[in-house]
Amino acid sequence: MKTVIHYIRSLFLLELFKGMSVTGRYLFRKKFTLNYPEEKAPVSPRFRGLHAQRRYPNGEERCIACKLCEAVCPANAITIEAAPREDGSRRTTRYDIDLFKCIFCGFCEESCPVDAIVETRLYEYHFEDTDKAAGNYIMTKEKLLAMGDKYEAQLAEDRAAQAKYR
Amino acid sequence: MDFLIGIYEWLPVWIQSILRIVVIMAPLMVLVAYYTYAERKIIGYMQIRLGPNRVGPKGWLQPIADAFKLMFKEIVLPTHADKTLFLIAPLLSIGPALAAWAVFPFDTGLVLSNINAGLLYLLAMTSIGVYGVIIAGWASNSKYAFLGAIRSAAQIVSYEIAMGFALVGVLVAAGSLNLGQIVEGQSGGFWHWYWLPLLPLFVIYFISGVAETNRSPFDVAEGESEIVAGFHVDYSGMAFAVFFLAEYANMILISALTALMFLGGWLSPFQGTFMESWFAWVPGIVWLVAKTFVFMFLFLWFRATFPRYRYDQIMRLGWKVFIPITIVWIIVAGAMQVYDIGPWYQ
Repeated sequence: MKTVIHYIRSLFLLELFKGMSVTGRYLFRKKFTLNYPEEKAPVSPRFRGLHAQRRYPNGEERCIACKLCEAVCPANAITIEAAPREDGSRRTTRYDIDLFKCIFCGFCEESCPVDAIVETRLYEYHFEDTDKAAGNYIMTKEKLLAMGDKYEAQLAEDRAAQAKYR
Repeated sequence: MDFLIGIYEWLPVWIQSILRIVVIMAPLMVLVAYYTYAERKIIGYMQIRLGPNRVGPKGWLQPIADAFKLMFKEIVLPTHADKTLFLIAPLLSIGPALAAWAVFPFDTGLVLSNINAGLLYLLAMTSIGVYGVIIAGWASNSKYAFLGAIRSAAQIVSYEIAMGFALVGVLVAAGSLNLGQIVEGQSGGFWHWYWLPLLPLFVIYFISGVAETNRSPFDVAEGESEIVAGFHVDYSGMAFAVFFLAEYANMILISALTALMFLGGWLSPFQGTFMESWFAWVPGIVWLVAKTFVFMFLFLWFRATFPRYRYDQIMRLGWKVFIPITIVWIIVAGAMQVYDIGPWYQ
């Protein structure tokens, strides 16, 4: 009896019609597609994009060359050289992030005791060439500070929003 | 209009024939182009995506962009390929797909060549297409292509039989091999078309048609996930485009033939009802195209719904299910014909 029912079911293609009714309904569903350059997905305040270095409100750079980020970096992407400045404070003379090595894990940001190195929401960037000498893919100290100056308002807001979870 | 007809009749006969061929081929090629667009769009919609929408408004120019891309690409000849066969294969594939339209009636008397053995000619043409696939697989001298060709050959040969038997049913019902007369035999409205008395044959014919054209869920000959692209892995540029064209032209042909043989071709579905006079102004070819589009849509719907058959399941379905059913139903159809059962056979 069971086999007879099975034969009848498969002969009338019941399961196939069921499957087609599902896809048929999906034809009229609202589509999820985002028309990317015109529309963009919302970005979390915790988003880990391109790096930046922040300053204090008085214009002094935050980084004190403690090298915690260099130590914690799992990809060895950060290179730091430090020396005393004229006023005697300890500062970096070189702070490079190799963007080809970086895996955007955000450990540098988490390890930083003074919230100097941060990751911005920026995810749309590119390098014009991969020539090592040109070093386009290296985020130098100047570039990092410039990024920080440019996006300070957004960065401060995101840090404030996340402060209670950290 | 009279002036144009005058010019047409003044032309030599061979130019007249070429003109008539162009009148069939040009819309067909445009249809093929936009069928690929419709496929990407509809399958996208069924997967809750939008499909191509960048080239032109709503992506309307996508097929044209694709065509230009393929035209400008290099045709790579593999080193160990048999060059002559390699280049002949795409032609062997598209030739029959287009030649089959020669006997296809679009309306009463509107046919390129009204031959009495039209159905036989169609069967011949649709089966010759497999040689393109086999030769392509062989000439490429690659194991993936060869596997695809072997699978395709076995599959098409198996389903050819079921398809042929399904058409024998139509033949019994219509009593003629002439496609025009097959359609005329179905006149009398929706319930007089052959889909009802020949329902199993109708279903089997269309499913075999899907298998014949190597479309999903019977696309083991291409089998992207196992054998890359099957018989046409080594083809690029226009040579590939011709295979593509042939595949879609075949799909349109199968859809049109199903509409012609089981859904009354150009006949109005309202024939014999009170609505007949309301739709009397609609030319027959509109009904034919509408019916064809239904089956063309089904091809895409199948592709969006069903996973690929396993190879042995394809063979089981063809030999152990379709062929017995068709044989049984040919006998049933014959009995219905002889004993005048149902309103279908006068």
